[in-house]
Amino acid sequence: MKLLGKLDWSAIPFDQPIVMGASGGMVLVIALILAWVTVKGYWPYLWREWLTSVDHKRIGIMYFILAMIMLLRGFADAIMMRAQQAVAAGGAQGFLPPEHFDQIFSAHGTIMIFFVAMPLVIGLMNFVVPLQLGIRDVAFPTLNSVSLWLTASGILLTNISLVVGEFAKTGWVAYAPLSELEFSPGVGVDYYLWALQIAGVGTLMAGINFVATILKMRAPGMSLTRMPVFCWTALATNLLIVAAFPVLTATFAMLLLDRYLGFHFFTLAAQGNQMMYVNLFWIWGHPEVYILILPMFGVFSEVVATFSGKPLFGYRSMVAATMAICVLSFLVWLHHFFTMGAGADVNGFFGVMTMIIAVPTGVKVFNWLFTMYGGRVRFTVPVLWAVGFMVTFVIGGMTGVLMAVPPASFQLHNSLFLIAHFHNVIIGGVVFGAMAGYNYWFPKAFGFTLDARWGKASFWCWLVGFYLAFMPLYVLGLMGMTRRMQHYDNLGWQPWLVVAAIGALVIGAGIFCQVVQLVVSIRRREQYRDATGDPWNGRTLEWSTASPPPSWNFAFVPRVAGKDAFWARKKALPLRQDQPAPAREYKPIEMPKNSATGFVNAFFAVVIGFALIWHIWWMAGLGVLGAFLTILVFAFREEGEFEIPAAQVAQFDRTHPVEVAL
Amino acid sequence: MNAAATVDELQPDALVPAGEAGPASKRIVVAYGFWIFLLSDIVMFAALFAAYAVLKSGTAGGPAGAQLFNQVTAAIETACLLVSSYTCGLMSLAIRSQRRPATYFFAAITFVLGVAFLALELREFASMIAEGATPQRSAFLSAFFALVGCHGLHVGVGLIWLIVMMAQVAFMGFRASVQRRLLCFSLFWHALDIIWVGLFTVVYLMGIIQ
Repeated sequence: MKLLGKLDWSAIPFDQPIVMGASGGMVLVIALILAWVTVKGYWPYLWREWLTSVDHKRIGIMYFILAMIMLLRGFADAIMMRAQQAVAAGGAQGFLPPEHFDQIFSAHGTIMIFFVAMPLVIGLMNFVVPLQLGIRDVAFPTLNSVSLWLTASGILLTNISLVVGEFAKTGWVAYAPLSELEFSPGVGVDYYLWALQIAGVGTLMAGINFVATILKMRAPGMSLTRMPVFCWTALATNLLIVAAFPVLTATFAMLLLDRYLGFHFFTLAAQGNQMMYVNLFWIWGHPEVYILILPMFGVFSEVVATFSGKPLFGYRSMVAATMAICVLSFLVWLHHFFTMGAGADVNGFFGVMTMIIAVPTGVKVFNWLFTMYGGRVRFTVPVLWAVGFMVTFVIGGMTGVLMAVPPASFQLHNSLFLIAHFHNVIIGGVVFGAMAGYNYWFPKAFGFTLDARWGKASFWCWLVGFYLAFMPLYVLGLMGMTRRMQHYDNLGWQPWLVVAAIGALVIGAGIFCQVVQLVVSIRRREQYRDATGDPWNGRTLEWSTASPPPSWNFAFVPRVAGKDAFWARKKALPLRQDQPAPAREYKPIEMPKNSATGFVNAFFAVVIGFALIWHIWWMAGLGVLGAFLTILVFAFREEGEFEIPAAQVAQFDRTHPVEVAL
Repeated sequence: MNAAATVDELQPDALVPAGEAGPASKRIVVAYGFWIFLLSDIVMFAALFAAYAVLKSGTAGGPAGAQLFNQVTAAIETACLLVSSYTCGLMSLAIRSQRRPATYFFAAITFVLGVAFLALELREFASMIAEGATPQRSAFLSAFFALVGCHGLHVGVGLIWLIVMMAQVAFMGFRASVQRRLLCFSLFWHALDIIWVGLFTVVYLMGIIQ
């Protein structure tokens, strides 16, 4: 029995220059940032105002920062894959050996889905939903912080795998039996499993939090049918999280039992059932697709309505379509593996269901188009993303419906056609939606708008880059190229792959433009300052308060009398401009106290995860004890709330008159 | 003026539909959120149940349920758990009327019954393992130990939670936050019963049908 389990110096890949370079660079950047923060003396501020914050707005922003950082990591993986496939034709082997290439495509998928798309979605919901609902925080603020930091723990573990040990070589789905100990004896799959288990608990807690918030904490007068569409889509997404993520947890727990204790859920021996893994994985996996895309549908609904200056066309059909997708998403999972051999009747059922689920999405597209029709559309950056989304997503949707036909799926299964399809909907849908939301709500979060020129440059690079990078993959899929190939013999594929690599570079230019956009906007923030709190002439309640909003969001909880509550008020207000503003009696506001629980708990989660990956049992025990004590300390603290004095609220309103005077 | 304020002419005491009444009280929000958590927990068990149903016939030449399960033990376990749910209910009544001794008393009975349940379950596991019916023996036994063990783990966590809650009652009294947590605990404890009823039926009763 070794003190450090399986861990020794051979875990660090000194012999691989690319890995060592990347991880050395990563460690250096982190060390530089930490040193800079220390030298500048920012730690007390960071700790007090961010790391221990339970403010939903700050938590949302931190989710977004995590996602943006991981987007860079996931994109670096993408560039390496595209470069490898552009050169590894004929006899050439490219620059990535198979075991490294396998880790890269596994890490790319895992990171992009779990650590980019999910934090983007949850970050946006965190920031926007309570503001749109007209309330001061989510249902469980401390739990919210716990969720954020558990996600960060999963991200940290995934990045540690770059330096210490290896990541999974199984693809991001980690199908058994390949992911079983027999075929993947290394720690890669363990990194994958523990990182996702820990982050998954955080996601589940976030889902519970938002369901309770949306269904039980709306401002007075805001009935469900008066909620902004973004809140509806957030509700649907969180219901899906609550219903789908536990299945993933159970599935991974079974695989962990197989790997750690010799169970036989998915093994080849002792009548384990490998197909059960695939079924269980996609019972989570298909709802997950809608978990990611539904909030983005909400973003586009807000953006399109605001910049068209019209109420959303067909609010009720939009809500019905959202909830229909929410239910139907549990009835299509088998279309991910028609080739498994479930039989014509089963395949037929899931094929038909898949075609049916496209209908409500089509309804939504028409709703957006009809909202824009006859409106005075302002072509701001968010609208560009929305229009780019509508065109791109419809193409992706149609290729999806094409693959819903089982005989077609038999031809296209695991080909690059599939890769092109899901990048078409995830980039064209989720990423474009996140970018629209980022440009739309940034001024609310920070009080100044983002530079539009660089924003437009970024949009065009992304759009053109996307088509260059992924349209060739459709062609290659039809030509018979399968996914995850480290090298190939067919020289006829190479020109298409070179185009795809160029497309990835253009997307890289788009990401570069976004970084520049952020830097430029921060430097010119006085020029872009928005003192009104309502830079876009918005319709929903988040625009009725100051930018950035105070920690209490609203000095007075708004009362809502209909849809587009803020718009309705702005319409009604000119009549009253001449009247003196009635003096308001400010009352003290009770707000949740900051708590280190989430951060400390996440520290122990990393300890537990790392210890279990490397079989360091004593350390795992200490980690569990630490996490338990952390929760105990939280449970025994005296008071969870503190009062913000009325004078402070009044003072804020005097210095930020937007909430007071329109 | 504050846009929010302009709509203040709403009659504050006019009867409004439940959906427009504004944020619910903390007690309701907490209990509601905990219900959602319990539902998610039940979904996790659903996956384990599904795995058990799929792998039930996968005995790999090893023992099947009919040879292993002892209905008498399972019946006593069921009795322990259901009675503990009843005493947990009595504890809730004592909490509502803020009677400390009665709270401790019923909590203690609930705790003892829970421990008895766990002891019986662990004894059953130990005897199975002694016969060579380990989780490593077959896919069926893997699924059995995971499903029943996961429920047992929940009971164990519930017992630790109960101890913590009694310490909270002792040191912090019946303040609102403690009462809310006790409410969540009793919801949790009853939910474990629901899962056990399903487990008893699917595993132990249907297990003897060949």
